[in-house]
Amino acid sequence: MSKVTDSIEEALSYVESGNTVLVGGFGLIGAPLTLIEGLIEKDVKDLTIVSNNLGESGKSLGILLNQNKIKKGIGSYFTSNRDVGDKYQKGEIELELLPQGTLAESMRAGGAGLGGYYTTTGVGTDLAKGKEEREIDGVTYIFEKAIRADVALIRAHKADTLGNLVYYKTARNFNPLMATAAKKVIVEVDEIVQPGELNPEEIVTPFLYVDVIIKAQQILTNEGVVKR
Amino acid sequence: MTSMNKSDMQHLIAKRVAQELEGPCVVNLGIGIPTLVAEYMDAADIYLHTENGLLGVTDVEADQIDPNLVNAGKLPVGEAVGASYFNSSDSFAMIRGGHVDVAILGALQVEQTGVIANWAVPGKNIMGVGGAMDLLVGAKKVFVTMSHTSKDGSSKILKECTYPITSTRSVDMIFTELAVFKVVDQQLKLVELMPGATIEEVREKTEAEFTE
Repeated sequence: MSKVTDSIEEALSYVESGNTVLVGGFGLIGAPLTLIEGLIEKDVKDLTIVSNNLGESGKSLGILLNQNKIKKGIGSYFTSNRDVGDKYQKGEIELELLPQGTLAESMRAGGAGLGGYYTTTGVGTDLAKGKEEREIDGVTYIFEKAIRADVALIRAHKADTLGNLVYYKTARNFNPLMATAAKKVIVEVDEIVQPGELNPEEIVTPFLYVDVIIKAQQILTNEGVVKR
Repeated sequence: MTSMNKSDMQHLIAKRVAQELEGPCVVNLGIGIPTLVAEYMDAADIYLHTENGLLGVTDVEADQIDPNLVNAGKLPVGEAVGASYFNSSDSFAMIRGGHVDVAILGALQVEQTGVIANWAVPGKNIMGVGGAMDLLVGAKKVFVTMSHTSKDGSSKILKECTYPITSTRSVDMIFTELAVFKVVDQQLKLVELMPGATIEEVREKTEAEFTE
């Protein structure tokens, strides 16, 4: 069966209420804007969203937040959307703040079949509270659990129809990690090509990680997000 | 010293920090004053790393701006000769693994041991940490840039941080509009007065103990 679809509804058929969903991007850069738009349209709730930010106020994941579809956010920098603080204050959302490197590595570990790992990042700070400490060769580390999810929504530049992916500049960010750490991986791309057209040396995400491919309809431009 | 506007003060600090960088090296710049340091670096072999996935950051002409090419402050940047892109996990492996030579960060407070607080304010929601904790544990050297005092005139260089600390690791140098400090054996040493500053003013505006 082909991985390629032109139906956003079909692409998002794997997302169910209560799911943990990885969402790529550093702010709007490298975020799967078309799939997020689809999630805004979809009747779904109680999502745990793992993403560096929860969008910006009234944009992208910020709309999903304002629709009260997000039960919990796991990320490193919610400051970029002031609505997150308001929701948190009212007790309408749970938050888990992780250092950015820990957020990334936890998904890498999850995708690589590891239960977690020890890191020096955060040792002795408020973010280490409740985490197991361990001394290794005289250095104190804390244990961080791996992150795995039900679905990943990611953005790449090009896909071949098998699902091999290449990325574009700093829009890469968390996307290749998220591609490894979810049961179902849905990617939106600028261009879909035939197998053989991508240089094997340049493929960042090999096809075995990818389940669904759709062409991006929401594009980030210098003038903001525009519909293709 | 006579009061100067915020922008002049930030540029003064950025220019001074830039003099401390010697190539070849890889430098990560934080948001705020650190971002300005790039304007004053003259060595061709100083390479900028940005944690959102680029080694080889350079400035960009207005007509060349690409919405998908930004630094950690989400500002548009350019791609230097020899640049490379990588994912967020690889980027932080570079940082945590000790492969980045210098991190230049802003801070809310510094205490006299050189420990800093730069990610959270008590009484406010703790909403963002970004890469600050990773940079502090991993960069070979950490330089801090900040205004010497808060808006109300109180010292930001304290005996002890009252805000949540970012790491137990001490930074290496502190740059303000009044002075440059080195942290040696977890103690502050004043190594330079900035133009127009006097030792009396630095003493008056520094709560922490320091040697001269």
